[in-house]
Amino acid sequence: MDPFTTVLQLFDSTIRLSAPLLLACLAGLYSERAGIFDIGLEGKMLAGAFAAGAVATWFGSAYLALLAAVLVSVALGLVHGFASITHRGNQIVSGVAINFIAAGTTVILGQAWFSQGGRTPSLPNAARFNPINLPGAEAMRGVPVVGPLYYELISGHSVLVYLAFLLVPFTWWVLYRTRFGLRLRAVGENPAAVDTAGISVPWLRYRAVICCGVLCGIAGAYLATAQGAGFVKDMTAGKGYIALAALIFAKWRPVQAMFACLLFGFLDAVGIRMQGHPVPLIGEVPVQFMQALPYILTVVLLAGFIGKAIPPKAGGVAYVKER
Amino acid sequence: MAEPAIELVGIDKRFGAVHANRDIHMRVEKGTIHGIIGENGAGKSTLMSILYGFYQADSGEIRINGQATRIADPNAAIALGIGMVHQHFMLVEKFTVLENVMLGVEGAPLLKNGISKARAELKRLEREYQLDVDPDALIEELPVGLQQRVEILKALYRGAEILVLDEPTGVLTPPEADHLFRILEQLKSQGKTIVLITHKLREIMAVTDNVSVMRQGAVVATRKTEETTVEELAELMVGRRVLLRVQKGEAKPGDIKLSVENLTVRDSRGVVMVDDASFTVRAGEIVGIAGVAGNGQSQLIETIAGIRAAVSGRVLLDGQIIDITGAADPGELRDRGLAHVPEDRHHMGLVLAFEEYENSILGYHDDPLYLNGPFLDLEAIKADARKKIEKYDIRPGDPRLKTANFSGGNQQKIVLAREMERDPGVLIIGQPTRGVDVGAIEFIHKRIIEMRDAGKAVLLVSVELDEIRSLSDRILVMFAGRIVGERDSDADEGELGLLMAGVEHKEAAE
Repeated sequence: MDPFTTVLQLFDSTIRLSAPLLLACLAGLYSERAGIFDIGLEGKMLAGAFAAGAVATWFGSAYLALLAAVLVSVALGLVHGFASITHRGNQIVSGVAINFIAAGTTVILGQAWFSQGGRTPSLPNAARFNPINLPGAEAMRGVPVVGPLYYELISGHSVLVYLAFLLVPFTWWVLYRTRFGLRLRAVGENPAAVDTAGISVPWLRYRAVICCGVLCGIAGAYLATAQGAGFVKDMTAGKGYIALAALIFAKWRPVQAMFACLLFGFLDAVGIRMQGHPVPLIGEVPVQFMQALPYILTVVLLAGFIGKAIPPKAGGVAYVKER
Repeated sequence: MAEPAIELVGIDKRFGAVHANRDIHMRVEKGTIHGIIGENGAGKSTLMSILYGFYQADSGEIRINGQATRIADPNAAIALGIGMVHQHFMLVEKFTVLENVMLGVEGAPLLKNGISKARAELKRLEREYQLDVDPDALIEELPVGLQQRVEILKALYRGAEILVLDEPTGVLTPPEADHLFRILEQLKSQGKTIVLITHKLREIMAVTDNVSVMRQGAVVATRKTEETTVEELAELMVGRRVLLRVQKGEAKPGDIKLSVENLTVRDSRGVVMVDDASFTVRAGEIVGIAGVAGNGQSQLIETIAGIRAAVSGRVLLDGQIIDITGAADPGELRDRGLAHVPEDRHHMGLVLAFEEYENSILGYHDDPLYLNGPFLDLEAIKADARKKIEKYDIRPGDPRLKTANFSGGNQQKIVLAREMERDPGVLIIGQPTRGVDVGAIEFIHKRIIEMRDAGKAVLLVSVELDEIRSLSDRILVMFAGRIVGERDSDADEGELGLLMAGVEHKEAAE
């Protein structure tokens, strides 16, 4: 295989692997920009993936599966909101609780309903989001350089991948060009300013949490019905946490979030590719090391290379009206 | 007579056991500046929060321009033309001026049209009221005086006819405060009604037309400002006669206790904050350092207290050199008889989450007095705290109460009691009465004079020129890190003001 094709394939899988990270990362962005820290991205994604797997098995429809994933994830998001907005509970504790609930419930229900050790049955292609070829991809394939680039890299992903990347400019637009975005950013920095301006802080934060839930649901559906063919126990495998790291990397900004997720996706892709391929001089790199690489990178980069990542000022703090 | 802009009829509000407002009656005439004065906790802010729709009164009626209204939330207040400038600014620091002004009244769901409209309207307001501020500046990069201006613009942008300012000068330097008062006069001349809440008598006299005095949740008097005096207002506020002018005898300066020689200090960015400062403080005298906030006073006393490193110079305590390289141990300085009341009691003087008795020994917990072997002797500490509570009239007198629940004046007394009762040879005090009630100010000033008369050397830093003038035996003026002049305590206020503004300093340099 020529190096050009190898690199293209590497980038292709980078995009595929980045998509769920990106969705989760943007989900976290909506929530955290509004001042609600959400460590429960992982749990919401996992629950979404399970809902998608189950519904796709029963009804054979990928879109119904997507809808189910979104609903389940939003429901969990509302639980987080109820605990941390209405009852001013600790946001980390609530988020961790959601992760545990999702990890446990998905396996128990999976076993009870499908008896396959906690997984959902393998999905036929009809019940999945399949790769779509963009117009002209086949025709352009022969054109040097541009052709393979378009065919391999841009074309041939599932609709959810395109959605994930389109959500980047959309989120930027929402944040910086709409009233909702202005208020969302304001409530994450100084909820008292929002309150005195006559805007309801809880309602605003609930809407942010709902946005977060929707995107986590899509991420989960992607894992179970596009990347995979059904739900597998613990299939998120820490992606929610990686997404949080990417969010910090990106300093809570959408475009930078995309690049951070692409970077982590790339590391993942390299890791998969290097399995069983010894590196000259070093020998075979253990899989575990490659899996740990995103975390190591996070620590190293956060320790100095990206400058100070300052979270939204009111993040993690419940809003209490002052007397 | 025209309808009053605001009329409060029998407003009553309780928070549990606390009767915050008792049967309040008040008329604020249109086009006037109406002052509301009272000590912290007198119910001023609660009353205004009711007016702004943050709270609902338990009973009573609010009439705006003669119309009885129900103000359910801030939106309703805004719709009635009431604007509020809060004590702690309600601004988003990461936003621009324009974004802050727009927040909540953006118009359409998309910002595009709203932004250009807001920009034009803001320009018009700035021109009309002479409130210049760059609409694209980030709030966090503006000085507090300008941030406050943004708050005022926010209210005007929402069409406020009645402007309520809650303790607006608490965060301002004296020139900024004067500037604010000129803005208020300007707003008044254009027909706006202004309610000014403060606990500073000077401000009431300087700018208001009428004044209502509140004490323990009730309005105890309303006066025309020109027909009242500072003494009368102080007495009404506190409920007893208050000495505003400190009574003190001649100083009897003794030996030099503290000597500062050619001290130069830079901050973390390398900017020179204290520039070649030299002075001495003798036993039995109070040396006051006057200056506008931010001219190096804070860095100067922090260096002497051993919590900041100097670049060059020497500091001698009782003729012995103090380590000012930054490696000094403030605890050791305390043992050598140097006590320090920091400028900011919340950040440096107290741990607000601690109970009172824990704060009463903060920094002195190694003292065998408070120890029982390796353990703290809690009973001894509490007994000691009770003694201090008694002596300094700290209220409420409960050593087990969380420090955050004490008022500003009582918190300050906790710090003062802790440092003064150690019987130090040298006492450094920063901003002794910032955010402190009139009654407590009188007490604190008396105690400082007593320390002097007991032969202690006192170095006092305050941005309140009145305080410096009434307490100090000698006054040093700091400007841009330099000590630009020394005057006697009877120095002319205007002359000191010029020194503080660096006027003479500039002339001398020419």
